[in-house]
Amino acid sequence: MAFNYDKYLRLEKMPTLWCWGCGDGVILKAFVRAVEKLGIDQNDVCVVSGIGCSGRFSSYVDFNTVHTTHGRTVAFATGVKAMYPDKYVVCVAGDGDALAIGGNHTIHGARRNIDITLIIINNFIYGLTNSQTSPTTPQGMWTVSQKAGNIDPTFDACEMGIASGASFVARETMLDPKKLEKIFTKALQHRGFSFLDILSNCHINLGRKNKMASAMENLEWIDKITVSKKKYDALSEEEQLNLFPTGILKEDKEVREYMDMYQDIIDAHQGKRGKVTQDDFKKKI
Amino acid sequence: MEMRDVISSGNELAALAGADAGCRFFGGYPITPSSEVMHEISDLLPKVGGVCIQMEDEIAGVAAAIGAGMAGMRTMTATSGPGISLKAENLGLAQMAEVPLVVVNVMRGGPSTGLPTRVSQGDVRQAKNPSHGDYRSITLCAGNLSECYTETVRAFNLADRFMQPIFVLLDETIGHMHGKAVLPTAEEVKKAIVPRKKFEGSPEDYLPYQCEHDQPAVLNPMFEGYRYHFTGLHHDAKGFPTEEIETCRKLIQRLEDKIMLHTDEIELNEEFMLDDMNGEEGEVLIIAYGSVALSAKESIRHLRKAGIKAGLFRPITLWPSPADSIKKYTDMIKNVLCVELNIRQYTEEVERVASRLDIEGLYKVNGRAISPHEIVSKVKEVF
Repeated sequence: MAFNYDKYLRLEKMPTLWCWGCGDGVILKAFVRAVEKLGIDQNDVCVVSGIGCSGRFSSYVDFNTVHTTHGRTVAFATGVKAMYPDKYVVCVAGDGDALAIGGNHTIHGARRNIDITLIIINNFIYGLTNSQTSPTTPQGMWTVSQKAGNIDPTFDACEMGIASGASFVARETMLDPKKLEKIFTKALQHRGFSFLDILSNCHINLGRKNKMASAMENLEWIDKITVSKKKYDALSEEEQLNLFPTGILKEDKEVREYMDMYQDIIDAHQGKRGKVTQDDFKKKI
Repeated sequence: MEMRDVISSGNELAALAGADAGCRFFGGYPITPSSEVMHEISDLLPKVGGVCIQMEDEIAGVAAAIGAGMAGMRTMTATSGPGISLKAENLGLAQMAEVPLVVVNVMRGGPSTGLPTRVSQGDVRQAKNPSHGDYRSITLCAGNLSECYTETVRAFNLADRFMQPIFVLLDETIGHMHGKAVLPTAEEVKKAIVPRKKFEGSPEDYLPYQCEHDQPAVLNPMFEGYRYHFTGLHHDAKGFPTEEIETCRKLIQRLEDKIMLHTDEIELNEEFMLDDMNGEEGEVLIIAYGSVALSAKESIRHLRKAGIKAGLFRPITLWPSPADSIKKYTDMIKNVLCVELNIRQYTEEVERVASRLDIEGLYKVNGRAISPHEIVSKVKEVF
């Protein structure tokens, strides 16, 4: 039987304002299926989004939802999580949101390892504002703010997530909804900061001027630039240069979650334990 | 009311007020001269099961605090002028989405990095409109140690009543002043807490932003079955983005009216030695707030000894300004002197509400306090 999404959608908000062929809807549906699969009560989920096409994600799903300012999803979500450490707090952000204007919050949310699931919908461009360069726009591509070609070096979001200390880091693409559902399920179950780089298409604002003006062409490009981590690891450095590894790139179940650690602070102040000292941590420097 | 004596500083009293008033989250970032608020509350909140997080920047500090407010908790941040500049956009979101929040601003010299360790009242105009768009700021200003506590407590109750950020302005002198404060006990504060309104009906009937034209939104805590939407966009009764013409107009008009039609609930002033004023020639009205009012009071004692009948009007709520109260005195008394640690920031408001352009001023912007002697000299010079 086909999955019934109605329970989780704000049907009166349909149709979405996303363009025909946009990947955002595929990602939204996979997320909803993951919630259903885990049997999570809708009332126990808070979805926080930023600004951009992905910012509208929060208004379409029937959870406790917050549409914040540009780039600040993780910071707002930190306040929610701090008050309700046992609830599911999910951020949905674009590549501009999470990696440019809000890069600092992404780094430090990951560093604290607070139990937030960050879904970055990475379409390599500023879509809603019409084709400006994003931190993930490949060099040499046309953007409306760099019409002679983008010279700004791109970066690998997941490498930043790993370096920042997120305890769960993964990349998938909207080409494979089954894998998306699985990765969302794992991320929601993971206690700690889950950093998800989800590659998606924007044939309208990225593709149009970069020889992939249809959704299919844009998706074929995403397919071409991604390979499973297992295959990626077996490649030479030169072969790896133009590929993104997909799948789980880091999973650390040992490292403690931030609000769990904060409970130690509460206990210390309430005289239930001593102060937190360096002896409480394996890593001393 | 049962009172207690506490020896402390202004910044620490603001923190204590937060903990006593039921604040359960503080999102902060270090900045002189307000850091002691965070230092103190980082000890106080965990004692009562609350959380204080030093965030990665000023923007995150206020964003996390607003997040906790959206979740349903009493919440707070503290900073100084440069921090307010950084927080401005998110303060606008809290105005638009109607999220209660207390923001303590311990003022230092500006603009820009200015005079970080020295006193100023340069953020008074900023506090009126820190973010873009139309909304009405509520700004309280502590004029002595005890008020660092009582005004912060009042700010929490006003935040829940009007569902928006409330500024508590301290200046560096008040924030770092150390001494005895006479405060209501924590039990008294607890008894006087008026929590934000809550919708008790069925979730299907819940429309958080469907309210009377002059009333704030009714925002239930998260995770209790009332699923709705927060946004900084213009929004409809359920909180969802809309561009419908009449809904947009009504929303912004309501943000205006929920404050401006209820200023009587917000206004608070001190009238010092004004009882015997009746408009006779030679009377002097001094208008001052914050630490400057301490100097002004001392100057009034000197002036009275010298035979000059002077008195002080001290707004404790700076915004919305106590327009009628100011006008009452400026209509009666000819000689009016505004004393401020900035250049005319509040004088311009006094001129506006008094409809007078002959208000005298004494201003200082070099990071130093204004002494009683300087006020006395100024009064003798201009009147």
